[in-house]
Amino acid sequence: MAVQGGELAAAGAEDVPFTPVDIPTGGDRAYVILATAAASVSLIIVGATTFFLLDKARPALQSAGVWEFFTTSVWNPTVGRFGVLGLMIGTTIIAAIAMVIAVPLGVAMALFINEYAPAKMRSPLTSMIDLLAALPSLIFGMWAFFALQKHLTPIANFFSTRLAVVPFMRAQGQSLTQSSFIAGVVVAVMTLPIVTSVSRDVMAQVPREQCEGALALGSTRWAMIRSVILPYARSGIVGASLLGFGRALGETIAVALVLSIQFRANTHIFTTGGGSIAAHIATSFGEAGPLERSALVAAGLALFLLTFLVNFLARMIVVRTVGEG
Amino acid sequence: MSVDTERETTTPASTASPKGVLSKRDVVPTISALIAATGVTVLCTTAFGMTNVIAVAVVAFITFVAMLWLAEYLREGDDDHVDLVAAELTDDDPNWPRTETASAPALKVAPEPEWSVENDQPMRRRNIRGTDVVEAIVALGAGYAFAELLRIATRMQSLVGFGIWWGLAALFVLFLLVRDRADTEAAIDRVVAACVWGAGVAIAAVLVWMIAFVVAKGLPKLTATFFTQDLSKVGPLTPGGGAKHAIIGTIEQVAIATIVVVPIAIMTAVYLNEIGGRMSKPIRFIVDAMSGLPSIVAGLLVFTVFIPTYGFSGFAAAIALAVLMLPTVTRASELILRTVPDTLREGALALGAPRWRLVQKVVLPTALAGLVTAAILGVARAIGETAPMLLTALGSQHTVTSPFGQPQSDLPLFVWSLIRVPNKVQNDRAWTGALVLIMLVFVLFITARLIAGRSARRLRRTS
Repeated sequence: MAVQGGELAAAGAEDVPFTPVDIPTGGDRAYVILATAAASVSLIIVGATTFFLLDKARPALQSAGVWEFFTTSVWNPTVGRFGVLGLMIGTTIIAAIAMVIAVPLGVAMALFINEYAPAKMRSPLTSMIDLLAALPSLIFGMWAFFALQKHLTPIANFFSTRLAVVPFMRAQGQSLTQSSFIAGVVVAVMTLPIVTSVSRDVMAQVPREQCEGALALGSTRWAMIRSVILPYARSGIVGASLLGFGRALGETIAVALVLSIQFRANTHIFTTGGGSIAAHIATSFGEAGPLERSALVAAGLALFLLTFLVNFLARMIVVRTVGEG
Repeated sequence: MSVDTERETTTPASTASPKGVLSKRDVVPTISALIAATGVTVLCTTAFGMTNVIAVAVVAFITFVAMLWLAEYLREGDDDHVDLVAAELTDDDPNWPRTETASAPALKVAPEPEWSVENDQPMRRRNIRGTDVVEAIVALGAGYAFAELLRIATRMQSLVGFGIWWGLAALFVLFLLVRDRADTEAAIDRVVAACVWGAGVAIAAVLVWMIAFVVAKGLPKLTATFFTQDLSKVGPLTPGGGAKHAIIGTIEQVAIATIVVVPIAIMTAVYLNEIGGRMSKPIRFIVDAMSGLPSIVAGLLVFTVFIPTYGFSGFAAAIALAVLMLPTVTRASELILRTVPDTLREGALALGAPRWRLVQKVVLPTALAGLVTAAILGVARAIGETAPMLLTALGSQHTVTSPFGQPQSDLPLFVWSLIRVPNKVQNDRAWTGALVLIMLVFVLFITARLIAGRSARRLRRTS
C-alpha cells in the first residue's frame, strides 16, 4: 500500500483526494425547497392544532376557569361549568386496563412470531397483525358490544364477587355491562398490533449469536428468551407499551360504542359507567351548543397534549434501542 | 452467564430418595390418575347420564389404572434419556454412599449413535415427538376434568370461564408431567411455549371471530339495492334502502385525502431520507408523535380551522383524513426509500445527474411499488375512520355528490348513526354497511400485499 501510495505521489504532486462538491442546479434548489415545504407541513399541523384548539377552547375555559376545568368533574353546559378530571381519570383507567392485557399478549405474540412459530407461518402471522391494525375502530366497537360483552360479564362477575376486597374490583350488585373493564379489553385488542410490531422490531435487534450461544450452552428456549432476548429488548418493550398507551388514550369510537360515559370518576372498573375524553367528544358533539363545543375542544386539547407527550416519550425510548427505523 | 447458574440451581426430579418408598415420580402420576378418574366419573354421571353406581365405579377404576399405566409407559418410552443417577445406583458402586459432589444434579444425555461417515447428518432441531403429544393430550384431558368438576361444583354458566379454568388446569398438569419426566427447567419451558402458542391462537381466533360475526350479521341484507339506493326515501322501519350516498361519500373523501397526502408524504420522506437536512431529526420525531394523534383530535382541528368559514362538508372530512394519513404514509414511504440501494444513487451521481434528477429518475421509480403499497395501506387505515367524520362531514340521508358546501355521509358515519338506534331494521343496515367496510379494507389490504410481494420478489431477482 505504502509503495503504491508513494508511486501515486510520485506520478503527480497535484493528485490530492478529490472532494466531491455539490453544485446545485436551479432544479436542485426548487427540489430542496419543495421537499422542505412538504416536510414542514407536519410541523405546521402540530403547531396549528395547538394554536387553533387553544383559541377555540378559550370561551369554555374562561367560563369554567382553567383550574376548575382540570380539577373538577362536572359537565353542565347550561350554566357553563365544565371539569374533565373525572373523564381524564376514566381515560387513564381504560388505557391502563388495556395495557395490562395488551402488553403480555403483545410480547407473547412477538415471541410467537419471532421464536416459536414455524418459519412458514411467520409472514401470514405478520399479515394477520397488520390486518388487525387496519380494521376500523368502529368494527371493534360493534363486535365488542354485540358479541364480546356477554362473554366478559361472567369474568367481571367472578372478579367482583370473589375479589371484592380489592377496592377497584368491587361491584356491590351493580350492573356489569358497559364498564371500563369491557372498554379496556376492546382497546387492548386494538392496541395489540402496535405493541406486537414494535416489540418484534426490538427483539429482531438482539444479536443472533447470543441467542444461539445460550441455546448451545444447553439452555431451554424459555431460558434463552429470559436471559438474552428480554433483557436486551426490555427498554424497547417499555417504549412499545408506552406507544400502545398513547393509542389507548385516544381510542374513540370503540370506546364510545361500548362504554356508558359518566363525568364523575368511577374507580370500580367492573361496574357500568366510566370516563373517556375522546368518546365523550364523539358522542356529545352533535347535539352540543357553541359553549359546550368550546368545552369539548378544550377537552380535546387536553387529550392531544397528553397523547403527544406519551408518544414523544415512547418514541424517544424506542429510537434509543432500535435506532431510527 | 445466567443460563449457567439456572442450570445449577434446578434440581432434577431423579434426585429423589434412592430407597424409593414413595418418590415424587410415583406421587405425581398417582394424583394425575386420580384427577383423571374423578373427571371421567363426573363426566359419566353428568354428560352421559349414567346412574348405575357399579358401572361408574368400574369406569373410574379402569381410567385410574389406564392412567397409571400411561404414566409408566411415558417414563419407559422416554428412552433417549439416560438417567445417570439411576444407572449409578444399580451398579455396585464403590463410592456409595456418594459424597456431596457426586450427587450433583444428574445430567441427562441422549445416547450418541455410533458415528460413521454415512450417518453424519447435520443434527435436526428437536421437534414434537410422540411423548409430547401424549403429554399434551393427558394435560388437556385432566384440565377438562378439573374444569368440569368446577363447573358442576360452582354451577358455572359461562363458557369463557370454563375455558380459562380448563387452560389453567391443563398448564398445571403439563408442568407436573414434564417436570416428572425431565426437570423443572424443561417444564417451565414447555408451559411458556404452551402459553405463547395459546396467545397466538387466541389472537387469531379473535380476528376470525370478529370478521365472522360481521359477515354473519351483514350478509343477509347485502343485496344489489344496497349499492343503488340511499336512505332519503325509506323510513326507519321500512325495509329496503341502501348506502349509495355513504359509499359515494367515502370514495370521494378518501380520494381527496389520498390526492392531498401522497405528494406531501413522499416529499417529506424524500426530505428525511435524501436531503437529511438539519430539520430531519425534529421532523421525524414530529411525524412519529403525530402517528399517535387521536383521530378525534384531527377532527377537532379541522372543525376549528375549516368549519367556521366553509361549513360541514365532505372536503373538510377529507382534510381530517389527510391529517391522519400523513404520518402513516410518510413513515412507510421513508422505510421504502431506505431500501433503494445506494449503488443506484452513486451511479446516477457519478454520471453527473443533479440531485433532483436522481430522485425523479432513479429513487422514486425504483421505490414505486413500495410507495404504492404505503399509500394503499394508508387508505385502508383511513377508510374506516369514524371519529373525525362526526365533526367534519356530519352525515346526511341524501345522496350528495359534491364534497363541498354541505354535509355528506360516508360509510363509517352511516354505520355509526344506524347502530346506535334501538331498531332492528336500522341495525341490519348498519351491519351490512360494516360488512362493506370490512370488504373494502380487505381488498385494499390484499392489493397492497400483492404489490409489495411482487416488488420484493423482483428486487430479490435483480440484486
